[in-house]
Amino acid sequence: MTPPVRIAQISCGPDYAGVQAEINAAAQEVNGEIFFPDIALKDIRRDFDSFGLDVKSPDLKLAIARAKALVDGRVDADAVFIATCFRCAEAAIVRNELRRYIHENSKLPVVSYSFTERTTSGTLLTRMEALTTIARRRALLARETQSGITLGLDSGSATTKAVVMKDNQIIGTGWEPTTEVLKSANSVIEHALAEAGITMKEIEAIGTTGYGRFLVGKELNADLIQEELTVNSKGAVYLADRQHGPATVIDIGGMDNKAIAVMDGIPGTFTMGGICAGASGRFLEMTAKRLGVDITELGPLAMKGMGVHVPMNSYCIVFGTQSLVNALAAGSSREDVAAAACHSVAEQVFEQQLQEVDIKEPVIMVGGTSLIEGLVHAMGELLQTKIVVPHHSQYIGSVGSALLASGFIKDE
Amino acid sequence: MVKVFIYPATSLILSDMVARFGHTPLSSAVAIRERIQTPGLESPPLQITPEEPKKGLKWAAVEVPAGVRGRMSLYGPMVEAAEAAIIINDADFSFGCMGCARTNELIKFLLREKKIPKLDLNYPKNEEEGVQFVSAIKTFLTDLGGAK
Repeated sequence: MTPPVRIAQISCGPDYAGVQAEINAAAQEVNGEIFFPDIALKDIRRDFDSFGLDVKSPDLKLAIARAKALVDGRVDADAVFIATCFRCAEAAIVRNELRRYIHENSKLPVVSYSFTERTTSGTLLTRMEALTTIARRRALLARETQSGITLGLDSGSATTKAVVMKDNQIIGTGWEPTTEVLKSANSVIEHALAEAGITMKEIEAIGTTGYGRFLVGKELNADLIQEELTVNSKGAVYLADRQHGPATVIDIGGMDNKAIAVMDGIPGTFTMGGICAGASGRFLEMTAKRLGVDITELGPLAMKGMGVHVPMNSYCIVFGTQSLVNALAAGSSREDVAAAACHSVAEQVFEQQLQEVDIKEPVIMVGGTSLIEGLVHAMGELLQTKIVVPHHSQYIGSVGSALLASGFIKDE
Repeated sequence: MVKVFIYPATSLILSDMVARFGHTPLSSAVAIRERIQTPGLESPPLQITPEEPKKGLKWAAVEVPAGVRGRMSLYGPMVEAAEAAIIINDADFSFGCMGCARTNELIKFLLREKKIPKLDLNYPKNEEEGVQFVSAIKTFLTDLGGAK
C-alpha cells in the first residue's frame, strides 16, 4: 500500500471549535496523515521573536514556530495545511503571512482555510485531495504534452464537458448542462467522439475530474480520477502556453471558485471558496434570465454598460438580484445592469479569495464563466492586468484530464 | 473553603497551591509539556464536538470565532461558579498557558467584573519578585479562610 502523505497541520483553534476530527477524516479519505510538527517550548520563544510578527495568542506563536521548523527542515512533511478560526483578525493575518512564508521559502504545497464549527470533512475533501495529489504526483503534473488518443471528462456541478485529444491536439468536444451525472457524461462523450471521428475502443486512456469524478471515473474505468484544482491548473497553463514560471489561475464555477498560484504548472497555494451563490456563475445565469438574454449574450451586453451606475447593496444572490431588479425599475439600462452583475461577482471573488493567494502574472481565467467577456473585463480592472483567456477555456478540466491521462498509456 | 478560579487555568503550580490551602481550584489542569505535539499548547484532553461552540454562545456572540466559543463552553461555567479568582498576567509558557488571546481577554474581564475576592498579579521576572509573588498568593488564600 502507498504510504500516506504526511500533512503538517499549523493551526489555532480547531480542537476547541470541535472540527479536528473532521480535518483528520478528510485527510484519511485521500490517504493523507495529519500530524503536528513536534517542537519544544524554547523553539516557540526563539522562532516567534525572530519571525517578527508580534501576535498575542500563544497558539499563533506556536503556529509561527511550527512554520519555521518546516521551512528550516527541522521537521519533515509532504504538505502543509494551515487552519484558523473564521472571523479572527489576528489569526487571519498569521494565516496569510505563514502561507506566503512557506510558499516562498520551501517547495511544500500549502492550503489555508478558516473554519467554523460547521466545517465538515466533505468541505475539506477536495483541498486535502489536491494537497496529496501535488505531493504524490509531481512527476505526472510535470507533463507538458499530450500523446496518443485520450479522453478527458469534467463532471461539474453546473455543466459536463468532454474532450478527445490526439497527439497534442483537441479533436473533439462535448458540452451540456449536468442533469443526471452518468447520463450527461455519456452524452457529452458521445458528442466528443463523433466530432473526433473515433470510437471508444480507440481511446487509450481516460481521465475524470469535477464533482462527479468518482462516479463517472468508476463507470468508465478511468486511469486517472483527480480533483479539479490540480487538473484545471495544468489545463490552464497548457492551453495558455505558460507552462513555465509563475501564473495565477482563476476559475469561477457554478458552485465554487478556485484561485490558484501556480509555478511551472503545479499549484503552490490555492483557495477554494464556495457555497455562496452570489460569487458564482449562478448569479450571472440568474441575471441573464432576468434580462431576458442567453448567458452567452450577457458578456457582450455588459461590455456596453457602466456598472457604477447601478447601486448594488448586497453580494447575496437573492438581495443582489433584487438590487438589479430595482435598478431596472428605476430606469437603469440592461447594459448597465449586466455590467453591475459582472462587477459584483468579480469584486466578491477579488475581496474574499484573491487576497489569499499571491497574484502573479499572467492571470489566466478558465471555466465557462471565462467566456463572459464582461466578467473577465471586470476582473482585469480590479487586478489592474490584462487577463488571459485561452482557447477552449470552458473545457479546461477535460483538457487537463486528457493531458494528464496520457501519462497512463502503457507504452509511455 | 471557596472555589478559586485560576488564570492561567492550565497552571498546575497555582492549582496545587489553591488545593494545599484547602480550597477548590477551578482549572483545566492540563500540563504544559516541554514538547508540543498537539494542535495547541493547551489542547483539551476531552473530545470537544461542534456542539461546544454553540454552548459557548451564552458568553460570546455568534460573530465571535468558534475556537473562542468552544473554550468559553468549558471556562464560562467555571467563571460563573468562582467564589474567588487569582489572575496571573504575562505568565511564562511553562507556568501555564492558554492558547487564544481573545478568550483570555474575555475570561479576565468576566472575572474582574465579578464581585468576588481577586488577586491580579504580574508574573515575576526575578527572584525577588518571585518571593513577593508567592507570598501574595499565600496571603490571599489564607485571607479566604484557607488552612495555613
